[in-house]
Amino acid sequence: MKKTKMNVALEIVAVIVGVIFVFPVLWLVLSSFKPGNELFTFPLTFFPKNFTVENFVTAWQKMDFMLYMMNTAFVTIVATVLTVLMSAITGYALAKYRYKWMNVLFVCVLATTMLPTEVIMTPSFEVIRRLGLYNNLWGLIVPTIGSMTGIFLMRQFYITVPDALIEAARIDGANEGKIFLRIMLPIAKSTIAILAIFSFRWRWNDYIWPLIVIDDPNKYTLQLALRNLAGALSIDWTTLLAASVITMIPILVIFILCQKQIMNANTSSGVK
Amino acid sequence: MRTKKKLNDYQLWAFVFVVPMILFFIIFFLIPAVVGLYFSFTNYNGINKMDFIGLENYKEIFSDFEYLKVIGRTAVFCVIEVPLGYIVSLGLAMLMTAKRLKGKTLFRVIVYWPTLLSTIMVGLTWRWIFGENFGVVNYVLSLVGASPIEWSSSATAAFATAVIAVIWGTAGFNMMIFIGALEQIDDEIVEAAEIDGAKGWTKFRYITLPQIKPTSFLVILTTMIGAFKVFAEVQTLTGGGPGDSTTFVIQYIYETGFEKMKVGYSSACSMVLFVVLLILSVIQNKLNKEE
Repeated sequence: MKKTKMNVALEIVAVIVGVIFVFPVLWLVLSSFKPGNELFTFPLTFFPKNFTVENFVTAWQKMDFMLYMMNTAFVTIVATVLTVLMSAITGYALAKYRYKWMNVLFVCVLATTMLPTEVIMTPSFEVIRRLGLYNNLWGLIVPTIGSMTGIFLMRQFYITVPDALIEAARIDGANEGKIFLRIMLPIAKSTIAILAIFSFRWRWNDYIWPLIVIDDPNKYTLQLALRNLAGALSIDWTTLLAASVITMIPILVIFILCQKQIMNANTSSGVK
Repeated sequence: MRTKKKLNDYQLWAFVFVVPMILFFIIFFLIPAVVGLYFSFTNYNGINKMDFIGLENYKEIFSDFEYLKVIGRTAVFCVIEVPLGYIVSLGLAMLMTAKRLKGKTLFRVIVYWPTLLSTIMVGLTWRWIFGENFGVVNYVLSLVGASPIEWSSSATAAFATAVIAVIWGTAGFNMMIFIGALEQIDDEIVEAAEIDGAKGWTKFRYITLPQIKPTSFLVILTTMIGAFKVFAEVQTLTGGGPGDSTTFVIQYIYETGFEKMKVGYSSACSMVLFVVLLILSVIQNKLNKEE
């Protein structure tokens, strides 16, 4: 008797927590389907009284959505591929070649967490400018491909791979480059998938680098476009709500497809 | 002789493998760090030729208190947000690992989802909810006969919205880390404690907390650094206002460096922030080792 009461109480608490966490986004999404006059007149209703997609049409026409989407997709995909390659090769080297100077490099990699981009924005901008990457989408890609998290993740994986595998390949006459490309890269598939998902999200949502690298509206990413709308003196909420819902969709799709991997990777990140 | 050559061969390959990372490290970490330090001793404004002005920027920082106030404000934000965020995410993790809870996966997914949103989206979402004249919170308050709260014109209320938004956007991430740690606790220890009569708070205080200590340290350190780096969420949510009551360090550095073009001064601010972050993690490490 007492046990069932406890169970019900537990379930109720969980439901309340769930509602608190889901409500903000739900409210935003539902609002985006309300016509403008319904957004600002009380009484507010949870569901739209006159359901409309008009806001999405206006947002799509008003902003160069296709362009921002393409810019963001280009940066996200290229940066993710490069991040995965760089993390895999560096992580592999750190895990399997035990030289003293390798340890020095590992400490250097760890040190990068101490000085995040946010903290050194102005000199980072100077470097970008000198490299000719200002107002260039590559300026959003190149400075992000050396990811401490990515290298660490790959290194952790390669430590678990037995050295005997490498020895065997060496005896068969394969050189180190071949061993990496033909054996080590393919066997890391599942870890690479996790890193790719993470990197996709980092780049799709990135704000700091676009903010300092891009000034030209033709090079805007979705986040910059959103920020531009939200930073206006009087915010055009009807457009903004619809625009923000659109930018969420790719992340939502990926989350639905890879929810288990994403959350499991998160869980184990704290244990090791 | 032959094996020696082979070994050098391996070493060469290893070097080739890490060359990209070495270059990356030098270009995007070492150089910005050194350039930043150099800028901080100059009056560079992005256009004119820069002059070396020694410690002037640092003197300005420590004499006119503007930046120190911003750091202090960020520290207050940190002191409020970190413990609250810790309690919320650990509480969530305890709830989501309760043996008798049904629908765990769904609840976890719901709480985790906001952590996938961009920082801009987190700010926007809450700005829409806390709108003074159109926000749903004030509407609900009016329904129950309470007077509306000036979420964006009262400094305290705006500060509170920033704390809420940041916790909402990060709790799911930390919750998953805690879930990982809680699931690692040895059942035997728990059972032994239960046989000895440990229940509720006692069990939590003497079994759970000590068992997850390393994880707690990790979470606290990362949320602390995260709190000092908070930027886009709050910039989108409050614009740093009213006045400058929610202007935190990164926004200040950005505004002075990129909008007011005081590159030298802004770089000096960055260096001070770097030292603050460094001290925080050294203290954390020390405490962690002593335990």
